[in-house]
Amino acid sequence: MELIDIIKPENLVYDKPALMNDNPMHYCPGCSHGVIHKLIAEVIEDMGMEEKTLGVSPVGCAVFAYNYLNIDWVEAAHGRAPAVATALKRLNKDKMVFTYQGDGDLAAIGTAETIHAANRGENIVIVFVNNAIYGMTGGQMAPTTLENMPTATCPYGRDTELHGHPLKISNILALLEGTCYVTRQSVQTAAAVRKAKKSLRKAFENSMAGKGTSVVEFVSTCSSGWKMTPAQSNTWMEQNMFPFYPLGDIKNVE
Amino acid sequence: MAEEVSLMKGNEAVAYAAIRCGADGYFGYPITPQSEIMETLMVEKPWETTGMVVLQAESEVAAINMVYGGAASGKRVMTSSSSPGISLKQEGISYLAGADLPCLIVNVMRGGPGLGTIQPSQADYFQTVKGGGHGDYRLITLAPSSVQEMADFVSLGFDLAFKYSNPCMILSDGIIGQMMEKVVLPPYKKRKTEAEIREESPWATQGKLKSRKPNIVTSLELDPAIMEENNIRFQAKYKKIEEAEVRYEEFHCEDAEYLLIAFGSSARICQKVVELARQEGIKLGLLRPITLWPFPKDAIATYANKVKGMLSVELNAGQMVEDVRLAVNGKIPVEHFGRLGGIVFTPDEILVALKEKIINK
Repeated sequence: MELIDIIKPENLVYDKPALMNDNPMHYCPGCSHGVIHKLIAEVIEDMGMEEKTLGVSPVGCAVFAYNYLNIDWVEAAHGRAPAVATALKRLNKDKMVFTYQGDGDLAAIGTAETIHAANRGENIVIVFVNNAIYGMTGGQMAPTTLENMPTATCPYGRDTELHGHPLKISNILALLEGTCYVTRQSVQTAAAVRKAKKSLRKAFENSMAGKGTSVVEFVSTCSSGWKMTPAQSNTWMEQNMFPFYPLGDIKNVE
Repeated sequence: MAEEVSLMKGNEAVAYAAIRCGADGYFGYPITPQSEIMETLMVEKPWETTGMVVLQAESEVAAINMVYGGAASGKRVMTSSSSPGISLKQEGISYLAGADLPCLIVNVMRGGPGLGTIQPSQADYFQTVKGGGHGDYRLITLAPSSVQEMADFVSLGFDLAFKYSNPCMILSDGIIGQMMEKVVLPPYKKRKTEAEIREESPWATQGKLKSRKPNIVTSLELDPAIMEENNIRFQAKYKKIEEAEVRYEEFHCEDAEYLLIAFGSSARICQKVVELARQEGIKLGLLRPITLWPFPKDAIATYANKVKGMLSVELNAGQMVEDVRLAVNGKIPVEHFGRLGGIVFTPDEILVALKEKIINK
């Protein structure tokens, strides 16, 4: 088969989602954000919701999420994305609304907004990227930083006497009456990516079915913040993050 | 048909006016002395009639960010609070200003600083007209002095906010919010449809149609050259507002030799002072700024050529007086008289202060 035959549309088995534009991503090599962005774009396209989806980007590494997906976006103040999304959804009921937040945004400064939006059962999707560190500001301690894990603001490792304990916010959210689906996923292998996409699809479908708040946590890597290669990061995540933040559905109300 | 006159509190008037003027959403958090606004909305259940959304947020911070989200989608959205709660909203207000978003914020001021008191005050003048949040921005500020104006300024506030794509604040206080007066509520206006919003606010996040680029509502710009351009654009907008939207009221100013400058509830009290002074043969007038920003500086500068002195009468330690002095620019004496921490002055003590500080000085 000649190259010209291979690249025919009918032979295409994989493509970049049309919603993803060609802007060069600012994410570091090995970062999980790019894959998660792609999955969201694929799900929106699969559902045919390109013209009806509103994204809310956070403050943190994903602050510029709006540069990569060709949908309408609102950039929220640090931690306030669930409040912004609350109004977007309540005032535009036919729209599909999601927030995209990191661990600091969602589980530290925005804890109140996160818990109360979920407790009200807002019909939104919360995409939560948990890499246990503040990436954008240069690797400081996050609420989800593991015990003994070093960061710029706990350089000798997280001492729970001094800094408190890593926060399993998704487990808290699963306790709330307003959440219908809380799951923890990852994107470090092809199998994990396929599974994560199914979870995202379910979450977005829940939001349009009016079932309440869906939370999809992605246990993720931060090669730059963790000071590891992308491959080392994946291994470290599997060995250290997964035992504390086990993957799988925490809550699933059918 | 005769107009329907109702008797109600200023806070209630805000709620009824919001429903009638086609507001899409209200997001608030209880705080004295303005809780009747959300209470009235919840009793009226406008979501069953006009479709207006009313939601009690978990905090003032959440409420202002709900306003940010609603405004981003081109909706007519508002919040209300009182001084400590308005302090909490400042971050959100700065973001709203930085993203060119229209919205309405009502501050029914109480005495501060800190938790302060629930009694009326005008001590948030600086916070409102000089910034409050971070960055070079301005809030269109309307100061009602009656329950009727509490009702009227809701519609006017939304109109100005949308005309200039800028947040607008109704700066009221515990007196105007709590007192009952006769009021004629505005006629019902329909809420905008999605098609009308897409037409009126093409920047709104209503979903990206294939025919246009994505709409991104943000105040972020890392390139300082572009961020400076954004700021220059804001300043150009503010200049337009200063040129076109100054509002004030004159009371016995034609032949005045002395002028009181007062806004909101203070202006109501100062009307009585003008009457008392004129009974004594003192030619006193009152200039009431209705827009605190833009400030009626040209009108005040003109009066500086006609009168012998001005007294800025405020329920604070002397805030608006600074803007009066800037307008007068040293031509005549300008003094301040105020009561603090929730105490309201009497007309008599204002007249005494006028004599001591200006007339007999």
